[in-house]
Amino acid sequence: MPDYSWPPMENRRVIGRRMSRLDGASKASGRAKYGSDINRPGMLFGALVTCPHAHARIKSIDTGAAEKTKGFAAAHIMTEPGAEIQWAGWEVVAVAAETEELARDAARAVKVEYEVLPHFVREEDLAKAGAQAKASGEQITGDPDQAFQQAEVVSEGLYGIPVLTHCCMEAHGQVIEWKGDQMEYWPSTQNVSGIGGDLAKQLKLPATNIHVMQEAMGGGFGSKFSSDRWAAACAELSRKSGGRAVKLFLDRATELQIAGNRPSHFARIKLGAKKDGAITGWQSESWSTGGITGGGMPQIPYVYTNIPNQRKNHSAVRVNAGPQRAWRAPNHPAASYLTCCAIDDLAAKANLDPLEVFATNAGYTARAEVYRYQLQKAAALIEWKKLWHPRGDPAKGHIKRGLGIGVATWGGAGHPSNCRAVIHPDGSVEVELGSQDLGTGTRTIIAMVAAETLGLPVGAIKVKIGDNKYPQSGASGGSTTVGGVSASTRKATMNALEKVLAAAAPALGTTPDQLEAVGGKVQVKGAPAKALAWRAACAKLGVTPVTEMGAHDPKNPMGLSTGNVGGVQISHVAVDTETGIVKIIKHVVVQDCGLIINPKTAESQCYGAAIMGICGALYEERVMDQQTGRMLNVDFDYYKLAGIADIGEIVVHLDIRPEHDKRGVIGLGEPPVVPPVAAIANAVANAIGVRVPVVPVTPDKVLAALEGRA
Amino acid sequence: MLIGERGAVKTPLAVLVATGLPFCYIQRDRVEPRQTGFIIRTGKEGVLVSSVKEPPEAAPKPKVRFSRRGFIRGVGLGSGALGSGVLHQEAQAAPAAAVVGPGPAPITLQVNGKLHKLNLEPRVTLLDALRNHLDHTGAKKVCDRGACGACTVLVDGRAVYSCSILAIEAQGKNIQTIEGLASGPKPDPLVSAFVNNDASQCGFCTPGFVMAAKAFLGANRAPNYEQVKQGLGGNLCRCGTYMGIRRAVLEAAKQVQGGKNA
Repeated sequence: MPDYSWPPMENRRVIGRRMSRLDGASKASGRAKYGSDINRPGMLFGALVTCPHAHARIKSIDTGAAEKTKGFAAAHIMTEPGAEIQWAGWEVVAVAAETEELARDAARAVKVEYEVLPHFVREEDLAKAGAQAKASGEQITGDPDQAFQQAEVVSEGLYGIPVLTHCCMEAHGQVIEWKGDQMEYWPSTQNVSGIGGDLAKQLKLPATNIHVMQEAMGGGFGSKFSSDRWAAACAELSRKSGGRAVKLFLDRATELQIAGNRPSHFARIKLGAKKDGAITGWQSESWSTGGITGGGMPQIPYVYTNIPNQRKNHSAVRVNAGPQRAWRAPNHPAASYLTCCAIDDLAAKANLDPLEVFATNAGYTARAEVYRYQLQKAAALIEWKKLWHPRGDPAKGHIKRGLGIGVATWGGAGHPSNCRAVIHPDGSVEVELGSQDLGTGTRTIIAMVAAETLGLPVGAIKVKIGDNKYPQSGASGGSTTVGGVSASTRKATMNALEKVLAAAAPALGTTPDQLEAVGGKVQVKGAPAKALAWRAACAKLGVTPVTEMGAHDPKNPMGLSTGNVGGVQISHVAVDTETGIVKIIKHVVVQDCGLIINPKTAESQCYGAAIMGICGALYEERVMDQQTGRMLNVDFDYYKLAGIADIGEIVVHLDIRPEHDKRGVIGLGEPPVVPPVAAIANAVANAIGVRVPVVPVTPDKVLAALEGRA
Repeated sequence: MLIGERGAVKTPLAVLVATGLPFCYIQRDRVEPRQTGFIIRTGKEGVLVSSVKEPPEAAPKPKVRFSRRGFIRGVGLGSGALGSGVLHQEAQAAPAAAVVGPGPAPITLQVNGKLHKLNLEPRVTLLDALRNHLDHTGAKKVCDRGACGACTVLVDGRAVYSCSILAIEAQGKNIQTIEGLASGPKPDPLVSAFVNNDASQCGFCTPGFVMAAKAFLGANRAPNYEQVKQGLGGNLCRCGTYMGIRRAVLEAAKQVQGGKNA
């Protein structure tokens, strides 16, 4: 068996270089085809009839008028009369028609009668939740009562982080076309290898009958793993239309209501500590919702998991609103926010520098040295010593500045992945994986690993992903992709290279183990003059290409990939105390990482995550209306995302060091999205002297906090 | 009424409320029947409505409610937007619109210098005409309400949300889409700059940003960092590629100025 381990840092020619993403030009020039860009001959358009009520029972459905609308092709009842519906936006009927506009006409002509039932949609006040709240049992470690009795400092606070929606730029949906009993399926998915089987299960078909194709996808963030009810409806509409292709993507309002969200988390937290800030007790009463199933307890205390003497209570609050889905680092941003704000408030109460308090308590984390190093690094980059002041900026005027800290942890070890490498006698190389590129740069890192292994330029590698005919590779979630695909690609290309070396060895008068592939040549180790050009070496294969597999098994990663990273972010903000507007001056990301294959795209993950965190800290939230039971901000005018001008300076420091490099490849999609909300919220408190308890920190909340109304 | 015009900074809702500007939200198919072909333009101070109403007696009543969004965004970049005075003059000068629809009507669009004859219902937006009838899918449908900029194309050189203009209104105008940028022998310097600066992730918003940047650089040949931040405020990205986009636009501006690729 070849030695698959990564080449030493100093010997790498491709891995570790700043490579522009391979699909950058096709995306920037509009050529890349996303699922929603697929236009098939004779294609119909689908539209959904959704329930306008947050809680209702369907009394009757009449598609008669719809069937008479111009251009009508098919209708499919997705939810039968009698069914109880638990949130607004639930899919009731799907229709297809000749054009997008006519499909909407047909959907509007469908008559559905509902028996409207009582609803509950707002969870932020636990006292009002009544029977909708279900408490889980109290969790106690140590002796919290004694800890709080003996504490020299006790700090208490209320903190909340609301429901967010994923806001994928490309809505959920698909194009589906039948060819006999075979189906062509163009989804927008994080799960190319698995989504066909998932749809097959819904349709009671053999998984082999579904061919999944996806060149590009427009964002998932955890919400695009399953095929969903609308894919099955789309398939039915196509089947009823004689197999004609049907395009059915959710409109934006429906997308924001039902295609996934991140659960809210609220908590009253009490911390006890010694005078020096060493925490001695934790008490929390938390509640959350992720829809009709409620929401689980976040993993608090976060990162500082070993705080002694804890008492924790949690209630799951059921609301009649769209269901939660995984959202980039599920529960971590909330847990980080709740924990880091409580620690920051403790530091303020004890008149201590929070940087010291976070460092003092690092012993309660699983990786104290990493966090202490990162806190110091981030502090240096933000100029903490120069800029920090105790809570409440003493500067004159109405612009107050402040600093705040957030911390993170995440796994990120590689998922199961299979790769097929094909080396043709003409020297051309293909690598095939049933994977997907969510925009993280997966295509590019696959090519880089293959190029590194085969001694070729990146452009010589043809990467084939986005098709379920390629070898099965894991879904892209939890930052597991880069570890999985890099390891399987490394193994497959190395296995294929062995065959090339074996074929070339006689011509070079040596044995395969004495050969290496470097710089576009196959050469004798230590005697580079004895060499064959890559093409000439591959020509020795004869007429048959070499096809070799490589598999990454997370249970036996062979040093290629591990998980578990830490991260610290510090934000420097300016708050206008007259308008309440918060601006990011500078935001520092210090990210622990393993072996970085492409620093350029790895940094982009950190920049993007920080920006997504800024959105959550300052702008975005789902706003539910108890009166109507509906989501009020179902568009991008009122569901606020940060624009390009809202983002200040962001500094990313990837902690690339030999000792981290030795850990192998670790995913970076989630970790940097965890700390920003905590960092920004704490920076605002440091600036204005009071805590804004519930994010997003909008101007009205800042002004209310300043006036003591928070 | 206030609608997020191109170039406007996204402002928290509370601030909008605090400013006291009235605003409302146009919903699909809520247009009065007699206001066929009416146009709404946003100006810097809010909005000016100039409807092309049917003559009160002469015109036949439309059989169905008309367009779902018969409005055009005034989308000046860089300078913000047209002053309301200009809009008023334009409204005065607008020819009386012939009544067409609700069924398909022949229309001709000039896209990237090429004429396309189509038969479309008047309510079809320029975005849907491009994507569904011409297979020009570079402009993306994201918000479909003029808030995110993913559908940005150039109409007579100015950036326009193609979801918020009817195809029928774009007749006789020079429509430039992202597909038109890449047709030359060399990639557009903006595309190269976006690639060099890793200014895309999922890439779904990227063509809209490139077209917005194209219009922005057309009006601002040597922008500084702050101007780039303000000038591209009419587009949204969820992956968070703003840092790369800022650098890319500055790099492209330098290249165009240097004549390297212009």
